[in-house]
Amino acid sequence: MNKAVSYSIKRLFLIIISFLSVFPFLWMVISATNDSADIMMGKLTFGRALLKNIRNAIESANLGRSFINSTLLSVVITILSLFICSLAGYAFVIYKNKATEVLCMIIVASMMVPFAAKIIPLYRMFANMGLLNNYLCIILPAIGAPFLVFFFRQNSESFPKETIEAARVDGCNEWIIFTSIYFPMMRSTYAAAAIFSFMAAWNNYMWPLIALQSESKYTLPLAVSNLANGFTPDYGMVMVGIIISTAPTILIFFILQKNFVEGILGSVK
Amino acid sequence: MENKKTVLARWSMISIAAVCVMVFSYVPTASAFLLSFQTGKGANLQFNGFANYIRLINDGTFWVTLGNTLIYAAVEIPIMLFIALVVAVLLNDPNIKERGVYRTCIFLPCVTSMVSYSILFKNIFALDGIINNLLLRLNIVATPIPFVLDAFWAKVVIIVSLIWRYTGYYMIFYLAGLQNIDPSIYEAAKLDGCNFNQTFFKITVPLLKPIIFLTTIMALNSTLQLFDEVVNLTGGGPGNSTRTISEYIYDLSFNYVPSYGYSATVSLAVFALVVALTILQKEVTREKGE
Repeated sequence: MNKAVSYSIKRLFLIIISFLSVFPFLWMVISATNDSADIMMGKLTFGRALLKNIRNAIESANLGRSFINSTLLSVVITILSLFICSLAGYAFVIYKNKATEVLCMIIVASMMVPFAAKIIPLYRMFANMGLLNNYLCIILPAIGAPFLVFFFRQNSESFPKETIEAARVDGCNEWIIFTSIYFPMMRSTYAAAAIFSFMAAWNNYMWPLIALQSESKYTLPLAVSNLANGFTPDYGMVMVGIIISTAPTILIFFILQKNFVEGILGSVK
Repeated sequence: MENKKTVLARWSMISIAAVCVMVFSYVPTASAFLLSFQTGKGANLQFNGFANYIRLINDGTFWVTLGNTLIYAAVEIPIMLFIALVVAVLLNDPNIKERGVYRTCIFLPCVTSMVSYSILFKNIFALDGIINNLLLRLNIVATPIPFVLDAFWAKVVIIVSLIWRYTGYYMIFYLAGLQNIDPSIYEAAKLDGCNFNQTFFKITVPLLKPIIFLTTIMALNSTLQLFDEVVNLTGGGPGNSTRTISEYIYDLSFNYVPSYGYSATVSLAVFALVVALTILQKEVTREKGE
């Protein structure tokens, strides 16, 4: 086959796949500017209903509140899980012995447990503690993430042990070594882990659906799903909801693209 | 140099994560196991031996939902991984301009939340949605196809949606794998006059075999736990025709007359499948390693 022809075919293929990947986003943005009726007619041009849709989404559907709920929860979960899991991942490498190796294996093995296998016991546990519909029942199960422990452990292997020895000779306390030497040196690992943790918390659906009962506590996925599955959904408003719930993750992706990819690949190292 | 300080630091640093995992992962799993031998409602639970397991074997809905889940996996995973691999190979070709743009576009679906893209696709495939509009205008169909309302088409819509969302995700793994292949192998193949098909099937696929295997396991694992998409696209319907096993567990626990004992039993079936997959993966990679 001619070189130029094969090159064009390859490019055409990539262009088609890229277009198919991006088209739903385009359609989402266009639809957010249209009335519900126009969207159902399959209108593919920008309309003038954007402000009205946004107003509806914030005023009548209270998506602003869900946005704040989601942001708060995701940020708290990300900070706590990063702290707890990086401490453990670090300790598993720096203070390695037989006992910690076994414990590490046990923690990492819990990655296998599918969430569905835990929902009923978790539900009953939190019901007994009277914590259902409380954000604690969303935060607590999320902060000890076995994947993050594993991720930090893998990345800590390359951390120079001589640095730690030197700091100890200088009289640094073990915790100071972690906070003022390890943490700044591992910034890109933390960034990748933060993206992973934030995305998981932001997109989490099944457990909040079970655990949160009052609408004022709803996170964005719950609120948007509720809107869309209503009796006569206002599609323009739903589209705004989808944009609100997707925009932050897209933004993070564009700003931290490199760490993003690292975070994904971290799972196979 | 074991001293008191390092011992103390070791265990205090590990303890929080360890306690969290124990309390929120192992304790629930263990109690799900205990629940699977019990029956009753709320706090009124009695042991009933293997009755739940016998019910599981005779439960038509369980087999239907398990079947649906496996159909998704069997159709979606090969198509998706094949597209991901082809795209990765093309993107690895330095002659292709604007590689970064294509890569970003194709990866973009992966950053959407499961609920959001499911709703988006539900609208795209609605009776009066854009796909039906297009098909009508091109005179491919005379009446709109009830994509989400038809047992067969609803499955197709779910599979198409899954492929759209996750192809870019797996592409990243293949791109990383391709970086580790020595470019001189491809140069040699070129000199020998190999075409795209030959290099793809005779060089790339065999060399990436471990990653292809790994991504297959990962995809299988996540398909076995499929929930968000189905709930928001079809709600499991029409009937049970798109319901997945995770959705069935959810329904058994919170939508139908709650039967915690039995739904714990169903969830252990998923657990067993996931564990089996993980063990399979570990065994195969170990063989490769030695």
